[in-house]
Amino acid sequence: MSGSPSLARPGPVWRYGRPALVLLLAGLAVGVPLWLVAVTSAKPQAEAIRPNLDPPRQWQPGSNYADAVSQGEMLRGFLNSLLVVVPSVVLVLILGAGAAWVFARRKSKLVSAAYALCISGLLLPPAVITIVMELRQLGLAGTRPGLIAVYTGMYLSTAVFFMTGFIRAIPAELEEAARMDGAKPARIFLRIILPLLRPVIATAAIMVMLYAWSDMFYAFFVLGGGDAATLPLNLYQVASAQLYLNNWHLVFAYVVVMSLPMVAVFLVGQRKIVSGITSGAVK
Amino acid sequence: MADTVIRTRRKQRAAPAQGRGRGGPRRPGRLPRAAVHHPWWFALPAIAVFTAFFLTPNLLNFFYPFTDWSSYHPGISFTGLDNFRTIADDGSLLRAIRTTLLYALLAALFQNGFGLVLALLLEDDTRFNRIFRAVFFLPVLISALATGYVFQALLDQDGAVNSVLGTDVPWLGSTTWTLVVVTVIHGWKWMGLAMLIYLAGLKGIPGDMLEAARMDGAGPWRTFWSVRRPMLAPAVTFNVTTALIGSMNTFDIVQATTGGGPAAATEVFNIYMFRIFGQGLYAQASAMSLVLFLIVVAIAIPLVIGLRRREQML
Repeated sequence: MSGSPSLARPGPVWRYGRPALVLLLAGLAVGVPLWLVAVTSAKPQAEAIRPNLDPPRQWQPGSNYADAVSQGEMLRGFLNSLLVVVPSVVLVLILGAGAAWVFARRKSKLVSAAYALCISGLLLPPAVITIVMELRQLGLAGTRPGLIAVYTGMYLSTAVFFMTGFIRAIPAELEEAARMDGAKPARIFLRIILPLLRPVIATAAIMVMLYAWSDMFYAFFVLGGGDAATLPLNLYQVASAQLYLNNWHLVFAYVVVMSLPMVAVFLVGQRKIVSGITSGAVK
Repeated sequence: MADTVIRTRRKQRAAPAQGRGRGGPRRPGRLPRAAVHHPWWFALPAIAVFTAFFLTPNLLNFFYPFTDWSSYHPGISFTGLDNFRTIADDGSLLRAIRTTLLYALLAALFQNGFGLVLALLLEDDTRFNRIFRAVFFLPVLISALATGYVFQALLDQDGAVNSVLGTDVPWLGSTTWTLVVVTVIHGWKWMGLAMLIYLAGLKGIPGDMLEAARMDGAGPWRTFWSVRRPMLAPAVTFNVTTALIGSMNTFDIVQATTGGGPAAATEVFNIYMFRIFGQGLYAQASAMSLVLFLIVVAIAIPLVIGLRRREQML
């Protein structure tokens, strides 16, 4: 194998045509939508009523974002999103890692059954309507803990699945050595398993963060607006008022603010995300 | 493997939390090794949360559709199949099934088509390609709701695309073609993820296999068709399965672009549930949710079994 595998016999057309095609596709498919978001979020309302690709004649991103903060409750939404997403991610990782350790190491019918049950959420759709009913009975409807519980339940399967596969690949001898030295399960878990799990924890954290940060559907059913509304829910409300208020400039200011944290997370953890996603999919 | 002997003393500390020891006959005073080394209580919190907030609602979903639970009266009483009769009679059940299945098929097709083309274009590990892989991954990072609004602004009849092209196409206003447009947007949103998985699949093809094909005089197309395509099969199966199942649960993109319209032409299950729940007809929404559950199970089980079988064959 010499270097990277390349297409057999790349002709001159392909050698120059391929980068050109990539540039063209990137420009049309990703560049145009991003450009629209960027320019519209910087336009005054009158210019943004009919969204187009023209650069803003009057450049006023600052006042749009200020409006989104004052009219669209952007800061509150941002805080609410953090208060829901961070605990959900932490819970999914801690609970998922503990369960994955047991599922990966023990072999019995009961363990396999519990594992199968716990990863069933990978395929099954969450029953969103009856979740509302259950949360009402528990007194958790419309609250952040309620939404945290729902997200944790929904994304546990993903974490358990990825982590179990990962732990199975860790040699059991590592644990045995520590056990010989008298370490108890809790210590072995904290000192040996968790540190080794770091790569898969990073991947799972980023995936759960991405899903929960973007979610509006479940947040709507659980929170239904109100003071605990998350960013996507706020965006939905701002955009639903769009018909009457023509506030595309606010909608796009929201889109920018909502997307930037995830782009930042991606830029920081790019390599881990890529290797994590692909190793889970293609074994 | 070293045989670790577990003394009774140590066992007694683990026993109260652990409960019953399993695994066949054993001498009194001893627990099976697994129970001590990897005690159940590590898994119990996850199992408890998952059962309480994922499985229980799904079980309740087999009860509430047969009641008259709604926002119009406080009590809940059993009404049999009334809700199912209602959604079947007003045509919304069949329409939701047809729309959702069509959506899932088209979305899986576009997501995988785009992803595969991108993976083949960006296969070599050059700096240029790495940068553009990140560029095409950007849509995955933007929330589906935001994606929907961006495309609404682009595709509205007086939106950006029509104004650039000088056309007047109702991209989001056709009862026939809008579903296709929305699934293309879905494919756009997730193509970066499919691309990554196809890239990993392509990387897994041994270089000497491609070399051998080249020696035998196979051109790029022949190499793709006869060597790479079969070797990509696991990645294809994984991508298609996740895309199919994931897109049956779609909501945000549809809500943000069309809201289910025009004339309910894009009203998938979740849009219907969202709308009916908003009207306070909770049991009816729950009935639709149950049908979605059953359809996903009916599609997922054969897919997963097929996937497993193919994995064992490889």
